[in-house]
Amino acid sequence: MEASIMDGPKRRCGAVSGLTTVKNPISLARLVMDKSPHSYMAFDGAEEFARRQGVALVDNQYFITEENVGMLKLAKEANSILFDYRIPTVGLETCSAGAASVEAALQMNGLPLSVYAPETVGCVVVDGQGRCAAGTSTGGLMNKMSGRIGDSPLIGAGTYAGELCGVSCTGEGEAIIRGTLARDVAAVMEYKGLGLQEAVDFVIKERLDEGMAGMIAVSRNGEVAYGFNTTGMFRGCATEDGFMEVGIWE
Amino acid sequence: MGWAIALHGGAGDIPLSLPPERREPREAALRHCLQIGVAALQTKRPPLDVVELVVRELENNPNFNAGRGSVLTTDGTVEMEACIMDGNTKKCGAVSGLTTVVNPISLARLVMEKTPHIYLAFDGAEAFAREQGVETVDASHFITPENIERLKQAKEANRVQIDYTQPITKDMKKETPTADGDSQIGTVGCVAVDTHGNLAAATSTGGMVNKMVGRIGDTPIVGAGNYANSLCAVSATGKGEAIIRSTVARDVAALMEYKGLSLDEAAAYVISECAPRGTAGLVAVSATGEVTMQFNTTGMFRACASEDGYSEIGIWPNSMQN
Repeated sequence: MEASIMDGPKRRCGAVSGLTTVKNPISLARLVMDKSPHSYMAFDGAEEFARRQGVALVDNQYFITEENVGMLKLAKEANSILFDYRIPTVGLETCSAGAASVEAALQMNGLPLSVYAPETVGCVVVDGQGRCAAGTSTGGLMNKMSGRIGDSPLIGAGTYAGELCGVSCTGEGEAIIRGTLARDVAAVMEYKGLGLQEAVDFVIKERLDEGMAGMIAVSRNGEVAYGFNTTGMFRGCATEDGFMEVGIWE
Repeated sequence: MGWAIALHGGAGDIPLSLPPERREPREAALRHCLQIGVAALQTKRPPLDVVELVVRELENNPNFNAGRGSVLTTDGTVEMEACIMDGNTKKCGAVSGLTTVVNPISLARLVMEKTPHIYLAFDGAEAFAREQGVETVDASHFITPENIERLKQAKEANRVQIDYTQPITKDMKKETPTADGDSQIGTVGCVAVDTHGNLAAATSTGGMVNKMVGRIGDTPIVGAGNYANSLCAVSATGKGEAIIRSTVARDVAALMEYKGLSLDEAAAYVISECAPRGTAGLVAVSATGEVTMQFNTTGMFRACASEDGYSEIGIWPNSMQN
């Protein structure tokens, strides 16, 4: 598991990768930020740091669900890498773990891909004083190579927060890394003067090439925005003036 | 528009009093690496090949903090990381936590070319290395007496040092101590552009002296220590945590793209405004064959050359060079 967190005002950040027993990776990422001289800890070193910090640890089995075991089996049979949630490809009516054919129509990094909607989780927040923060956490890709790190723990890719905004991304990790998606939203706001939604739209449209991804963002002006070029993105947002929305598709 | 290349052996608090026996081998190495990089560009090798071969050379040189000569973790071990990126395709590869791979940059390239992923680390990366049959050696190969000494000093001072210090011998003291005594050098990198404007960047490091086991710095993080797109290629060095926060390499390119700054202006802006004084240096080339090398530290081991005949090798700011 991996995660990263970033605090806008001073752009402090913390990230972790390769966790196997830490119950809440995002909290360990925060501890890396607050309690270590570093910004990013991984694998054995991160687990050791976790032990020393006394965070809640559980057996690795705790994290494993039957559904994921089933999906891994299917992924191996299809010899592909899956995002961790299956949305039916065009033409299928239902969506279930047992859904049949794995379509090779869509490609990721040149490999056949079966699914579009990964379940990385993330959150972005801005308070009444315009201070932004962002956090992202994930188990990564189903059937990924051992030791594979995705975008979620990489500052500037899956997570970013600065003076102007906070951003958290989800989707095809490799495309998000290549496009430095989270940082680019802030960069076009900063260097091109775009507004939050404009920046999100720009990045989704221009920075993804063939990649599939989505993001949520907040600005120091209290705005909320999101964008995705996938079929859907599980999301929820709310602002102080009473606006509230939960959605999956457009 | 011609080809251009720039490389570095680390930015940091390199004392002006660096004795010849420590300065000359590094200068010679920079000169040698520049020559082989230039020769490769002249024979039309793609920039991706050029940056890889130059960084391999720097990794093999025990005087720089990458590959052999990497600084040590708090446990006295070596954990190496690297990143390579191709400007046109923005394809990239990164590795962290390597302990036996002789050339981390080449493994990073294999991650890019032979896996569906970008970044592999620790046991998984080492396993991949074995699958790929890259050259691996006993971990002790990378450890140099100099670095054992640096770790000892860092522990005595109970501080985390950035990469490089002059090991303090009994009869010599650091002449230019920084406010907190930390010395900042390390990481090697190379950026290159050919006559068609193809760009590539590669960076490799052992990290920070006395770092916690498992600590990852800016080097393998695309956009922080290493970046290339169709406008420019950038390799950064310095205090990892600061470079990550300021997304140094990406910002140089972003300023060019979104604000229309020139390569030089963009690099100058990032070095002076985005990264705190004493924390960063970078080398960069643009698609139009420009080169820039900038740093806000005391010095940066560096070298560059371009097709118009210009070449430079340096350590301290040009205004101070003899």
